[in-house]
Amino acid sequence: MSKLVVASIGPASSVQDGGRPGSQRYGLTSGGAMDRLSLAAANTLVGNEALAAAIEIGPFGAAFTARDGAVRVALAGSTRNADIAGRAAAFDTSMTLADGETLTLGFARGGAFSYLAIESGIAGELMFGSLAVNARAGLGSPYPRPLQAGDELQVKAASGTAERRIELPAAAGGPIRVVMGPQDDEFPDEAKALFLAGDWKISATSDRMGYRLEGASIKHLHGHNIVSDGTVNGSVQVPGNGQPIVLMPDRGTTGGYPKIATVITADFGRFAQTPAGHGFRFKAVSMAEAQAEAKKFWELLRALPDRLRPIENFDLNIEALRNANVAGSAVSAVDAGTWQSPSP
Amino acid sequence: MFPHESEKVMAAPQSNPPRLLPSGDSAITVEFSKNIDEVANLRVLALDRALAGEPIAGVTETVPTYRSLLVHYDPVKISFDALGVKLTALAQKPAPSAAKARRWRIPVTYGGEHGIDLEDVAKALRTTPDDIVARHVAGDYRVAMIGFTPGWSYLSGLDQSLHLSRRQNPRVMTPSGTISIGGVQTGVQCLAGPSGWHLLGRTPVRTYQFHRDPIFLLEPGDRVTFSPIDAKTFAEQDRAAEAGEIVAELMPS
Repeated sequence: MSKLVVASIGPASSVQDGGRPGSQRYGLTSGGAMDRLSLAAANTLVGNEALAAAIEIGPFGAAFTARDGAVRVALAGSTRNADIAGRAAAFDTSMTLADGETLTLGFARGGAFSYLAIESGIAGELMFGSLAVNARAGLGSPYPRPLQAGDELQVKAASGTAERRIELPAAAGGPIRVVMGPQDDEFPDEAKALFLAGDWKISATSDRMGYRLEGASIKHLHGHNIVSDGTVNGSVQVPGNGQPIVLMPDRGTTGGYPKIATVITADFGRFAQTPAGHGFRFKAVSMAEAQAEAKKFWELLRALPDRLRPIENFDLNIEALRNANVAGSAVSAVDAGTWQSPSP
Repeated sequence: MFPHESEKVMAAPQSNPPRLLPSGDSAITVEFSKNIDEVANLRVLALDRALAGEPIAGVTETVPTYRSLLVHYDPVKISFDALGVKLTALAQKPAPSAAKARRWRIPVTYGGEHGIDLEDVAKALRTTPDDIVARHVAGDYRVAMIGFTPGWSYLSGLDQSLHLSRRQNPRVMTPSGTISIGGVQTGVQCLAGPSGWHLLGRTPVRTYQFHRDPIFLLEPGDRVTFSPIDAKTFAEQDRAAEAGEIVAELMPS
């Protein structure tokens, strides 16, 4: 076994995977990665299952050191400055840290979360089939809490497989798409129009439970208390102050504020990657469109291995890729939800 | 993000088809009522049982609540429209007979440091703490739903004389095992966390404990009664529960 030692890390960084659906009827949320497509891209690069456990790195910097052997890793998601022992490191390619080498990451650029996948995954105790950290429920492995400097992850030594890159679909921007409901009838037409026309920003007080939005005040028709019912990732609930909260993977499984709309599956990762203070809008789409996009999203995720490419001239390519990321930060692997999947 | 409940109690006609409300592209809220409603909750639990008995391909999990059943599904396997038709049909079939509900007796230490709001509740309801405890213990409750955080069990059947608006200022942190009342409800809170309800006591019982079989003690639909214990017994049972004992008693029903 090798080890990946956390040399330094900011808040909101934890081990995450596909989450643990199946116990929401007991109040346990499904949890898991904020941006599944970026998690899947990183895992695919090192030959893991798409939704295997990896390190979800929050907006601040981090550094990881390989110990007791080489460790093969890959980065995807929000781009940031990255180097391995002084050499530039690229996103969306696999790479190997020699024993003792440190991967150093800067602040997230244009997104919020990056994913560091490790070849063969992370050793830990599965809890409800998942290693994902849910600090409130005391779940997650090897640490049931966000990562801290000094933490050690047990990993397999690098296999020596040739490094590769992944060609991801071009990022698409545009508004975050929602399906209206389940309680849009709790809002007057003007409030719904305001919700869809307004410019929104994500508040700095947001976390893995919910993103608080700042913008116009959304008025209710009959007050803000409804009898609690079930929530999903992307539920847009509107509390008494009229400022919506979008529920994220560590949400409560039930909630008692009316939910005006729900972010669609295909746009959820892109929404999760919206940095605090960044402006954006919502757009309502039909159920048929949302479900067609969800199908494309899951197909894209399933077929990621088809997008792997060999790296013929590694040194040259790494520079090229790095420049591509710097020049067109739009490329970023970040905007998972917005990528249009190719037509079949 | 606290549990907020309406105070209204109304009965819905049994025959109404439920409303199908989209919760995004991968879940449907099957709504039987907008209110806390005994009949609606029984229909929710009945549909939940029916779905367990006759699974629909593509349905991944269900979340019963007081008034609605949230049905999570995979839109790659079934569409909103197709699932809606099946759920409506299932909701209108005669409910499969409920398996005999389990009945739990849950020990509670009322008042003092274990239930810091007991005296204030007694004052607000113009009676004595002992009387509040007696009325709370006399209740025959049903787990209407489990939600918010792991094991937080919302019970229906609270005596009308104990209905009391929630606190103006919700507490950011309340202890694990808290037994509280809020609006028309009472509940067993498993993990420490925020709450706007009035804290009457604490139970050593863990309704959720990861390294224990079963991990989740209560099921929606289970019956619950409370029995008072003193602080010394609480301390003993709390240690036993920490070590993985269930501590709650399963009663012959």
